[in-house]
Amino acid sequence: MKAPETVMMSAPAPAPADKADGAGTGAGAPTDVLSVQGVSVHLGGRQILRDVGFRIKAGELTGLIGSNGAGKTTLMRVILGLQAPSQGEVLIGGELRSRRAMKIGYVPQKFMLDPDAPLRARDLVALGIDGQRLGFALPSRRRTELVESMLAAVGAGHLANKRVGRLSGGEQQRVLIAHALVSRPQLLALDEPLANLDLPSGHEVVALLARIAHEQRVAVLISAHEMNPLLPVMDRIVYLAGGRAASGPTGEIVRADVLSHLYGHHVDVLHVHGRVLVVAGGESSGGHGEWAVGADEALTASEPDADGAESGDGSVEVIS
Amino acid sequence: MSAAAGFAPLAPASLIAPGFFSSDAVYTALIIGVLVAIVAGVVGTFTVLRGQSFAGHAFGDLGSTGGSGAYLVGVGPLWGFVVAGIAAAAAMEAIGVQRARGRDLATGIVLGAGLGLAALFLYLDTTATSTSGAAVTILFGSIFAVPASTVPVVVLLAVISLALTALLYRPLMLSSASPELAAARGVPVRTVGALFLVVLALTVALTAITIGSILSTALLIGPAAAALRLTRSPRAALASSAAIGVGTVVIGIVLAYDSNTWPPAGHAWPVSFFIVTLVLIAYLASGVPAHLRRRRDSREARGGAEVPSVGGETASAVSTVVR
Repeated sequence: MKAPETVMMSAPAPAPADKADGAGTGAGAPTDVLSVQGVSVHLGGRQILRDVGFRIKAGELTGLIGSNGAGKTTLMRVILGLQAPSQGEVLIGGELRSRRAMKIGYVPQKFMLDPDAPLRARDLVALGIDGQRLGFALPSRRRTELVESMLAAVGAGHLANKRVGRLSGGEQQRVLIAHALVSRPQLLALDEPLANLDLPSGHEVVALLARIAHEQRVAVLISAHEMNPLLPVMDRIVYLAGGRAASGPTGEIVRADVLSHLYGHHVDVLHVHGRVLVVAGGESSGGHGEWAVGADEALTASEPDADGAESGDGSVEVIS
Repeated sequence: MSAAAGFAPLAPASLIAPGFFSSDAVYTALIIGVLVAIVAGVVGTFTVLRGQSFAGHAFGDLGSTGGSGAYLVGVGPLWGFVVAGIAAAAAMEAIGVQRARGRDLATGIVLGAGLGLAALFLYLDTTATSTSGAAVTILFGSIFAVPASTVPVVVLLAVISLALTALLYRPLMLSSASPELAAARGVPVRTVGALFLVVLALTVALTAITIGSILSTALLIGPAAAALRLTRSPRAALASSAAIGVGTVVIGIVLAYDSNTWPPAGHAWPVSFFIVTLVLIAYLASGVPAHLRRRRDSREARGGAEVPSVGGETASAVSTVVR
């Protein structure tokens, strides 16, 4: 099967004007923090990901966008090394899975901690330094300073002595980001960090992540089912639909022709008051097939229909 | 026994009945009780944090089977508790492989079968020895009846449990807080969990010898649950959990010894009763400051604990962290 995303990435256009992206456009391997190459995943007889490939450079903020069931979490697990791909490979800093965990800071979507759990923000961040090692960590001034400066860096210095289980969702996000960053990873990966946040907290977390990417020269990968909160800060986008991915500068990917090709049926990309809406279906009621461009048979898969069935409730279906 | 204790219950000197410090049984009971309370306090904190209180209780129930079986073949009940605990840990790990839906059922069926076996063993114990002491000792404990020869084994098991907990400390804490975070950092979450089950089984064996297999959960969970309401850092929680456990065991032993002089005189009340009751009192009392703190915290939260903006001054902090 020919890799569809290479077709879409083949037009090397300059980044949109509002993205002051310092990174070079050359595909030189040394600068790639993350390189996902032709990754396919089959789970329980179902193909979750097919031939997904993209690259992320240091200092870039990349949005991994897709509706529920598009394969975002599976892709995250593959990147973390928790799920072996059926085909393809993932390189972190140009290396194949050697001590990958140390190079990736991860913030999971699901984080539930009992309000009484005796774990302060500073304790959780300290576990980010060497939580995988056996034995105790002897308290030292250096550790304390590292933890406190990391908490201050994410705007959570005042939360250091609070129990993590009693923090709000946005506060927990900051502490988890500090936990993920304190080991100085090359890649910071966050699974749906905005899913459980109210709008103002979400904006703050997004601004924080953008600043971290640009100032710390860390590659930041954020998965989200909604791209709009990330649009102001996103350097690149990896758009997942039906297990396939299109990736590139946001402006080049979030276009009707590219996304229609990806979904295997016609979608419109509407700009409404600065927001982007990806709309499928037109006036037909749910029949995606009628709108499918379908030029490339390999792209007309069944998954987009499954996606549509999950969220579609009317004739105009907002995908993202 | 002197009647002085009855007349001046508030004077500490007379609260401790005469003969307390010269009794070998008391001496053994104090050594075992304090040691077990420390282990139970530490391991119990992780048990509560991981939400595995039920597993702890299951170990206690199946301990009844092991303890009564050991009695039948003529070895100390502690060995029965240990063997049953390890076997139960292996069974739980095997059951855990399957889907979560079947887990409750399997656990319930295994527990029921185990207790049924315990009923048979206890029946055989009492008919073989023509006393009813075995059942009470195994199920409800009798720390004064533990022979001094058991002390070295208790010390060994306590050291193993504490050493394993110390060795696993960081990965255990991380995977208890979030299995996802731990897995992403390369922690073998499953192995850590299995090793902790072994530690838990050994600890329950120790608490079972102290206050009986049926009551063992109280000493494991109670002090830890109280400590979690009083503290916010891991070290403080572990230390206060152990301290509360030691306190309840020591006071329980003192009261039980003293109860020999209580009416009806000449019959000491079961020490397990005192320990378990004191654990309950400690747990209830721990709720008071926690409740007050929660009220204060919520007042603080309302009082405008504004999340600071992602502004310029934090930006400079980022660049200092990055080097």
